[in-house]
Amino acid sequence: MVDSAAVLNGQTIAYTCYTIAIILVMGWFAIRVTKKGKGSRVKPALFYTFVGMLVVLGVSLHIVTYNTIPWTEMDLHRGDYTPDRSFNIVVENHEFKLPSEQLVAEVGEIVEFDVTSNDLTYGFGLFRADNSMVLQMQVVPGHRNDILWKFLEPGVFTIRSTEYSGPKGIAMIVKDAVKIVPKKSE
Amino acid sequence: MSFFKTFMNGEQGLFKANSLTPMQKMVLRFVVVGLVFYAFAVIEGMIMRLYEIGPFDAVSNDQFFAILTAHPLVGIFGSTYATVFGAFLFLVPFLMKKPLWSIKMANWTWILIAVGTLTFWLAGFISHYSPLYTLYWPLPADFEQFSVWGGTIFIAGIAIVMVGSGLFVFNIFKTIMYTPEGWEKQPAGRLLGSALGTSGIANLFRKKDKKREHLVPLPVAAIARGSVDVGLNVLIILFTGVLILVFMVAAIIGADLKDTAVDALLYKNWFWWGLDLIADGLVLIFVAGTWYLLATMITGKKLFMQNIARAALLVELVVSWTVWSHHLLADQSQPAILKVLSGEMVTAFELITQGLAFFIVLATLWAARPLKMTNPLKFLLGGLLGFALAVPAGIMQADVGLNRILHNTQWIVGPHVHVAILIGLTMTLYAAIYVLFPIVTNGAKLYSQKLANIHFWLHLLGGIGMGAFMGMAGLKGMLRRTLYLEGEFETLMILAAVSGAMLLIAFLVFFYNIVMSLGLNGVIGIFQPAKLKTKDLVPQES
Repeated sequence: MVDSAAVLNGQTIAYTCYTIAIILVMGWFAIRVTKKGKGSRVKPALFYTFVGMLVVLGVSLHIVTYNTIPWTEMDLHRGDYTPDRSFNIVVENHEFKLPSEQLVAEVGEIVEFDVTSNDLTYGFGLFRADNSMVLQMQVVPGHRNDILWKFLEPGVFTIRSTEYSGPKGIAMIVKDAVKIVPKKSE
Repeated sequence: MSFFKTFMNGEQGLFKANSLTPMQKMVLRFVVVGLVFYAFAVIEGMIMRLYEIGPFDAVSNDQFFAILTAHPLVGIFGSTYATVFGAFLFLVPFLMKKPLWSIKMANWTWILIAVGTLTFWLAGFISHYSPLYTLYWPLPADFEQFSVWGGTIFIAGIAIVMVGSGLFVFNIFKTIMYTPEGWEKQPAGRLLGSALGTSGIANLFRKKDKKREHLVPLPVAAIARGSVDVGLNVLIILFTGVLILVFMVAAIIGADLKDTAVDALLYKNWFWWGLDLIADGLVLIFVAGTWYLLATMITGKKLFMQNIARAALLVELVVSWTVWSHHLLADQSQPAILKVLSGEMVTAFELITQGLAFFIVLATLWAARPLKMTNPLKFLLGGLLGFALAVPAGIMQADVGLNRILHNTQWIVGPHVHVAILIGLTMTLYAAIYVLFPIVTNGAKLYSQKLANIHFWLHLLGGIGMGAFMGMAGLKGMLRRTLYLEGEFETLMILAAVSGAMLLIAFLVFFYNIVMSLGLNGVIGIFQPAKLKTKDLVPQES
């Protein structure tokens, strides 16, 4: 199973390769379009093939991610899952109010973060020590904001608001708020 | 010619503001306003780039967020709207071969855009009103963080811009449909149908010998369809502005309206539906239309697959009304069906429609080989590259799985937003400016081709570089719309700032080149009343 760091690495590689390829194609085109040529029309078959390729790419991206990114299916069908552990968090006056000083769960458990805003729209994100993102969601007042997550590795994570809520929002950081420990049986 | 003489009178003194028609003056006024506000946006952008490396004393955090709020609005409304509206108010009569319905209304359009933009910019600068362009409820009505008076003037400024935008839409459709004095009666309904695409749909159900010809050229159809989105966007933003003003006026008179009266998620859906008409509607449609026009003007040939291109513009319009949910993939209360259908699947259509436009333009250029690498061609290729980079980046983030770790990161605003706007949109606009330059200036000469080349490369490399380094920071977890006070992403932010500086220098080079081409007297003359009393686009004798 892959975690969010692996997904981000995969995306970095895929997009970098694409970027280099399209820049090279455009560079090649820019040079060739100024050179003498037959001035022949592009065949419609090539055009329709290209459009077909775009359709396949556009649709298959979502099918692939649905089947390979572990949290996607769980996210869209949250009602079908029973969390092993739930943490209820309240946000008010640009401050996270946690149920205890540190939230602790075990590797492999399905953890639910249920975050309620009593005033503004905020964000809720978990970050690793190197500042990379594990997960995030919006925290909208007047609505339920819940996310299920299965942690694959032990670690300590920082909570940070991922949505702008005015200049005061930059201080909405709770360092090392979530601790994931190895399974007790291990 | 001495430097001073060129600076005052333009390159070889060729530009004579007195020789301009009212239409030429009108379009040049729009362009000047657009460039001045582009300067605002690029300087603001540079300040923010430096502040992202590490805050400094000259700017407070509150001021930073006020700049962050004003920056995209100045860039889109003050700069892009002004340049695009000016160009289209000239091009629609040019392509339809009939006078603009109202030059006076067109002049009011740029005045309202300029006054409105300056109003909200000043309100933000002085009062630090900073709920961002997203205005997530109830932040715009949070008077503990923001000045109610600052907010009121800010919203009023936006409303003025919207009124100007509404006048543009009205003028465009009237020009397409009206019958000029002394002309044979024009088929207004059929012209409108052709512009919007309904006649094209009807053709699908007609027998071959009864199919009707398209009455408006393809670029006009693009402008009309993009203008539909401009009009809808005006209505949404004006309505939202009035809603916010109700809370502001209540606060001013001492009444405290309950902000819970507005549902935050419903508001977010409503506002993004309207706001996305800019990003996914009018920008993509206007850009595709401009690409098609540029390709045919550069090559002098018919557009490749032009019937498909025309149909795709209609698909893009419908798509633009149904994609908003990709902005709410991280909202857990948003129904999953909307996330998948609107957020993922319909959004993927943008890859298809924009990819199709990309291919059609390249195929049109290819068929006309060999082409000279002129300024319009090189900037057009830059614009095509910009969208080829930015659209796939956007499709990736419009995925339920990937959005969980990309939403609100620098990835969104770097490789997607800034590459789309700075490389895709802005370079397309530069191509249009270079094409229109000799037409609207009665043959003024560009001061320096060398400077035009420097502008091109600095802008292209600076824009791609900035997007790339912001994107790398985003993939490493750096959020947008916040500040990192412990130098967490310092190296990448320094590299992004260097790229940003290239963009700033590129603009200064371009601006200098244009001023030296027209001369200071010429630029001033653009804003003086036209001596020629005609509705013609260019002087008769030329």
